[in-house]
Amino acid sequence: MLGYFVKRLVSLVISLIVASAVIFSVVEIAPGDPASFMLGINAQPDTVAALRTELGLDQSKLDRYLSWVGGMLTGDFGTSYTYRAPVAQMIADRLWVSLPLALYALTLSTLIAFPAGIFAAARRGGAGDLAVTGATQLGVAIPNFWFAMMLVLIFAINLRWFSAGGFPGWDAGFWTGMKALTLPAIALALPQAAILTRVMRSSLLDILGEDFIRTACAKGLSSRQALWRHGLRNALIPVLTIIGLQFAFLLAGAIIIEQVFFLPGLGRLIFQAITQRDLIVVESVVMLLVFAVILVNFLVDLAYAAVDPRLRTRT
Amino acid sequence: MSLLDIRNLSLSIHGKPILRGISLRIAEGEIAALTGESGSGKSMTAFATLGLLPKGAKATGSITFDGTNLLTLAEPQMCDLRGREIGMVFQEPMTALNPVQTIGAQVMETILIHKAMPRDKAEARTRAVLKRVGLPPDHVPLSRYPHELSGGQRQRVVIAMAIALRPRLLIADEPTTALDVTTQAQILDLLRGLAREENMALMMITHDLAVVSDMADTLNVMRHGDIVESGPTGDVLRQMRHPYTRQLLAASRHQANLGAAKADAPLLSVQGVSRDYPMPRLSLFGPRPTFRAVKRVSFDIRRGERVGLVGESGCGKSTLTRAILGLEPVQEGQITLDGHPVWQDGHPNLKVRRKMQVVFQDPYGSFNPRHKVGRLITEPFHLLPDPPTGTARDRAIAEALTAVGLSPEDAGKHIHAFSGGQRQRIAIARALIIKPELIVFDEAVSALDVRVRAQILDLMADLSRAYGLTYLFISHDLSVVRSITDRVMVMRAGEIVEDRATKDIFDAPNHAYTRSLIAAAPQLPDDLEALNAPHPAL
Repeated sequence: MLGYFVKRLVSLVISLIVASAVIFSVVEIAPGDPASFMLGINAQPDTVAALRTELGLDQSKLDRYLSWVGGMLTGDFGTSYTYRAPVAQMIADRLWVSLPLALYALTLSTLIAFPAGIFAAARRGGAGDLAVTGATQLGVAIPNFWFAMMLVLIFAINLRWFSAGGFPGWDAGFWTGMKALTLPAIALALPQAAILTRVMRSSLLDILGEDFIRTACAKGLSSRQALWRHGLRNALIPVLTIIGLQFAFLLAGAIIIEQVFFLPGLGRLIFQAITQRDLIVVESVVMLLVFAVILVNFLVDLAYAAVDPRLRTRT
Repeated sequence: MSLLDIRNLSLSIHGKPILRGISLRIAEGEIAALTGESGSGKSMTAFATLGLLPKGAKATGSITFDGTNLLTLAEPQMCDLRGREIGMVFQEPMTALNPVQTIGAQVMETILIHKAMPRDKAEARTRAVLKRVGLPPDHVPLSRYPHELSGGQRQRVVIAMAIALRPRLLIADEPTTALDVTTQAQILDLLRGLAREENMALMMITHDLAVVSDMADTLNVMRHGDIVESGPTGDVLRQMRHPYTRQLLAASRHQANLGAAKADAPLLSVQGVSRDYPMPRLSLFGPRPTFRAVKRVSFDIRRGERVGLVGESGCGKSTLTRAILGLEPVQEGQITLDGHPVWQDGHPNLKVRRKMQVVFQDPYGSFNPRHKVGRLITEPFHLLPDPPTGTARDRAIAEALTAVGLSPEDAGKHIHAFSGGQRQRIAIARALIIKPELIVFDEAVSALDVRVRAQILDLMADLSRAYGLTYLFISHDLSVVRSITDRVMVMRAGEIVEDRATKDIFDAPNHAYTRSLIAAAPQLPDDLEALNAPHPAL
C-alpha cells in the first residue's frame, strides 16, 4: 500500500513539473515576445520596453521559469498587467466562488446519480429502468445553459424563490451564498448526473452478471442484498474515474453557467484574461487548474486502492 | 425417504426446452452424479433446485426437498433455504469469489445472513469451517483476499462458504474442472469426506465419467435434457444399457491412431533456457527480485515427432511455450528452429516465426467475431513475404478447411455459426494454412466435451499421419497426452523432471512427481477395460 501511495505521489510531482514546463514554453512560443503580444501592435516601443523589464524578459529563460515556479510555490503569482492587482488575490477571490460551486454541483450530481443508477440497474429492462435511461438521454443531450435559463425562468422569475444571478459574497452569510449558488449548481449538475447515472447503471449491470453475485445468491442473499453487499463496491471504479473527470470540468468549464448567472468565477477570469491578452493571469490560472486536475486524479487513484485490494499489491 | 426428490421436471427458457421431464432422487449421505456433455441440462437441474434460474425460465413438475416443493416456494423462503439447507459449489473458483472482500468475511456472510449465530460465534465457526476444508487460519488468515490464493485454495473457500451452516444437500457443479489433477484429487477427497462424515447429500455434476466412477453412489447420464440412464454407479458403468453411455465412455478413453513414430533430424532445439520475471520490490528503493519461471531447460524435438508437455498450473509450461514461439526473450540459453534462433537482436525472428503456429484452448476467444472464416484462417499469411492472393488464396482456404473436415463453403460464414468443436477445427485450419513445421497445441482440447475431444484428437492424428506434422502438445490432462503423443516431458517448478517415450512414462514412471501425477488422475475402474473395444470415431 505504501509503495502504491509513493508511486502515485511521484507520478503527481512529475506531472506537475512537466505541466509547468509545457505551460511556460507555450507562453514563450506565443508570436513575438510576450510584452509586445500583451500590448498589441500599436504599442509604443518604450511601453514595451518597460513591460519587458517588469516581466523580467531580459533574464534568461531558465531563470524566469525558476522564478515563476518559485513564486507560485511561495504564493506569489505575479501582478496582472490589465488589473494591476496581484494574481494570487484575484485567483483566490474567484476560487471562493468556483470551488464551492464545483463541489456543490458534484455533490448534487452524485446524490442524483447513485440512487438513480442503482435503481435502474436493480430493475433492468423494467419500467423504472426505461424511465431513468430515458431521462439520462435527455440530460446528456440538453446543454446545461438551457437548463440554466429554464431554472431562472421558473424559480427566479416566476416563483421568485431565488435571485436570477449575481453572488453576494460569503460575507453575507453561508446560507445566502449557498442560495445564490443553488440554481447554477443544479444547472451544472443535471447533465453530469445524467452521465454518471449511465456509468453507474452499466457498471453495476456488468458486475451483477459476474459469477460471485450468483455465489452470493447461493449463500442465501436476496438479489437486492447481493447488489448492495457485493455489487456496489465492485462497480465503483469506473464511477470514480468519471467523478474525477467531472470535478476537473466543473472547476474550469463552468464559464457559460457563470455568464448566465453573473458569477465571478474562474471561468470568467480566464475568458477575460485571454481576451485582454493578460498572459500572466492566463499562465497562473491554467497552472492552477492543471494542479487541481492532477490532484483530483491522485485522490481518485487513492480511492481506487481503497476500493480494490488488488491494486494495493500490484506493482 | 429421499431428501431431494425431483419428479418429472421440465424446464424451458424463453420457450426453448432445456429439461424434458427428468426424475432424480438423492438420499441423505448419498453421492449422486449427474453427467453428460455441455448443454445436456446438468447445471440447469442444479439451478432449478436452488431456484436460481435465469430470467425467462419456466419450470414444471416438482422438486421436493425434505417434503417441500421448491418450485412453488416464494423467493424469501428460497433465500432462507439457500446456503442454510442447500449449499452450492461452482465450477470457476477464480470468479466465484468477490474480489474486494476478504475470504473470512465471505465465509462468515453465509452464517450471518441466516442469523444462525452471533458474530463472535460466527467467526469461530468460520475458522473451524476453513480448517475443515484444508485452509487452517494460522496458515491462511481470514484477512486474505481471493487474489492472494491459488485456484485450489479458492475452491476450498467456495466449499467453506457452501458448508458453513452444514447444509443437508450440497450441489457441486463441475467443482474440479478448472483445477490441476493433484488439486482435483484433494478437492474430490474433501467432498467425499463431507458427504460421508456429515451425512450430507451430494449432487455432483461433472462431464468426466472418471471423476465420479469411484466416488458416486448413483450415476445419472443426461443428454439433451433427458436422463437417459441412471442407477448405482457400478451397474451403470458395467451394463451401459443406453448407447449414449457407451459412446461417452468410449470417448473418454479414446485412443487416437497416431501411426508409427517418426524421428528425423532435430527440428526444435531448446538449450539451457531460463526465463525470469521481475517481482514487486520488497523495499522502496531496493533491487527488483526476480522469479525464475523456467530453469535451464534443455530438450530437442525431432521432425515428425509428437511431444507432450504436462505439468500443473504455474509449473512454467506456458512461459516455456511463449519463449518457444518467440513471443518473449529468454534470459539464458537459446531456442532454435531448424538451426535459426527464434529470437534475434531483441526481436522475434520472423523467418522462424512463420514456421510455427499455435492453437489455443479457447477457440472462440481467439477469433475476431466480426470476420468471416475465410479471413480468420488466412491471418497467418501476414507472416509470409509474398502471401497468396486471388485464386491461390481461395485454394489455400479450401484446402485447409477440407483438411480439418469442414467444407470450403464454410469460408463465407461467421464464427458464431459454428459449435465449439468446429471452432477448434477452424483454429487448426488457421494453424495449417501456412504449412508450418511445428504446431504448438496449448491446452487445445481442454475446453471440449469428451466426444468432441475424441474427434479433434482423431483429426490431429490423421493430419499428423497425412502431413507428417511435428507438434508440441501442452496439457494438464494426462489421459489426453497419453493418447496423442510419442514422447512426454513432465515439468515441475520450472524444470523438466522426466522426458521419455509416452508408453514408458505411463507404464513405469521414474520420477516421484510423475508417479504422483498419474496416481492423482481419476481413472475408470479396471474391470471395464474389456468393454473398451475399438470403437469407430464418433
